[in-house]
Amino acid sequence: MAHDTQAAPIGHEKVERNVGLMAVLIVIVVAFGGLAEIVPLFFIKDTTEPVAGLKPLTALQLEGRDIYIREGCYLCHSQMVRPFRAETERYGHYSVAGEFVYDHPFQWGSKRTGPDLARVGGRYSDDWHRVHLNNPRDVVPESNMPGFPWLFENKLDGELTGKKMATLRTLGVPYTDADIQGAKAAVQGKPEIEALVAYLQNLGTVISNKR
Amino acid sequence: MSLSVSLFIILIVVGNTLAMWWLIRWTAKPKPGEATQGEVTGHVWDGDLAEYNNPMPRWWLWMFYLTIVFTGVYMALYPGLGSFSGVLGWTEEGQWADEMKQAEAQYGPIFKKYASMDIPAVAQDPKAVKMGQRLFATYCASCHGSDAHGAVGFPNLADKDWLWGGEPAQIEQTITAGRMGVMPAWGPILGAEKVDQVANYVVTLSGRKADDAAKAEAGAAVFAQNCAACHGAEGKGNPMLGAPNLTDNVWLYGGSLKTIVKTVTDGRQGRMPAHGEFLGGDKVHLLAAYVYSLSNTK
Repeated sequence: MAHDTQAAPIGHEKVERNVGLMAVLIVIVVAFGGLAEIVPLFFIKDTTEPVAGLKPLTALQLEGRDIYIREGCYLCHSQMVRPFRAETERYGHYSVAGEFVYDHPFQWGSKRTGPDLARVGGRYSDDWHRVHLNNPRDVVPESNMPGFPWLFENKLDGELTGKKMATLRTLGVPYTDADIQGAKAAVQGKPEIEALVAYLQNLGTVISNKR
Repeated sequence: MSLSVSLFIILIVVGNTLAMWWLIRWTAKPKPGEATQGEVTGHVWDGDLAEYNNPMPRWWLWMFYLTIVFTGVYMALYPGLGSFSGVLGWTEEGQWADEMKQAEAQYGPIFKKYASMDIPAVAQDPKAVKMGQRLFATYCASCHGSDAHGAVGFPNLADKDWLWGGEPAQIEQTITAGRMGVMPAWGPILGAEKVDQVANYVVTLSGRKADDAAKAEAGAAVFAQNCAACHGAEGKGNPMLGAPNLTDNVWLYGGSLKTIVKTVTDGRQGRMPAHGEFLGGDKVHLLAAYVYSLSNTK
């Protein structure tokens, strides 16, 4: 490609001929959206303050959350009831930002192959969750969710539970020293299914289920 | 939202919009020393490929200006400029509340009409039953099945067998407040031998032959001593406690000797979660009528 070069690039040409300058300018332009839409959220009470009654996950629930992430539950299940009637009728009260203040990372998900789980806590019995997670078709014949039978065999060792809680504390989750010290004992030897069911049964229970 | 956060947002949004306006002006304006319209720029590619320096079509340029006008209108009508809530006063919650109000106006009278009728009458109304079926599919089917035939551990609602009673008021109560069935674990109390005996006896209660007649006979005494308190002397159950009738050969967890041994040894906790608060009385009423209709019409 032969390219005619002019003596002094002017105006737009300056940007087009200098990739570095163009990259810097693109970053500045793109940053405007985030600066106006994301950055203020770090300073607004609605998004930084927990809703009344919100408690950090217990050691067992926290292990359950990590199993939820490990098994990729978030790929098919969201945890975000949007403020539409069709959703609040089925799932309960719409989600509010203050419910997720202690979630690092949050599990909102982006796709619903299965139903939303933001308010699944208390909706089914523990027994149902156990049967359903072992083989969903035992209770819902039409289901295409995979079974997770190994959760009944795998046992938690709790080696890292305290460490995870200490790390979360640096991110602002109010765990006490007693929580962290007792973490290992609280989960050690328990089957993974117990942790996952404990996590699920806690989801969305801070806000009343009422529509 | 604090004033400083609000000002920060306003500054960025307004600044960004002005910057866009400036960018369009700047790129559209001819620069001194540049090739004018109709002349080639002097760039040559592949030996003979040159380009004119013609401006963008006017309508295209105006579309960019229109997006800026749109920004102004949008920012005036809807929330976006910091804590300014917009002339329309639109909120996400408000939109949801409007939607709910509209639905209430449309469906409320229908629900109210059925709520004022007693359950057997509602169960006779085909439209009500259809509504109940839809509600059942949404709220109940994951445990009781889309056909209400249940699953192992989750009662079949379409047969005439009831754990907590099948009268309209009982069904409504079950849905509203939930139920907690507690079969204690008898293994540690009775020991394996007695559990085996009583399980053999329970098999005979539903008119079947025990694997081991002698054990069954011995089990009768164990049953009378330990099980009759809830299941009744004849094993007919007690709907006050959710204790199943053991004589009808309908089994929630399975009726094989092996399963009965497991049930007696480890106990069972059948829990129906309360739905009253979540669904509200009107929906519970329709659901109760639908469930009632499954075994009381035809």
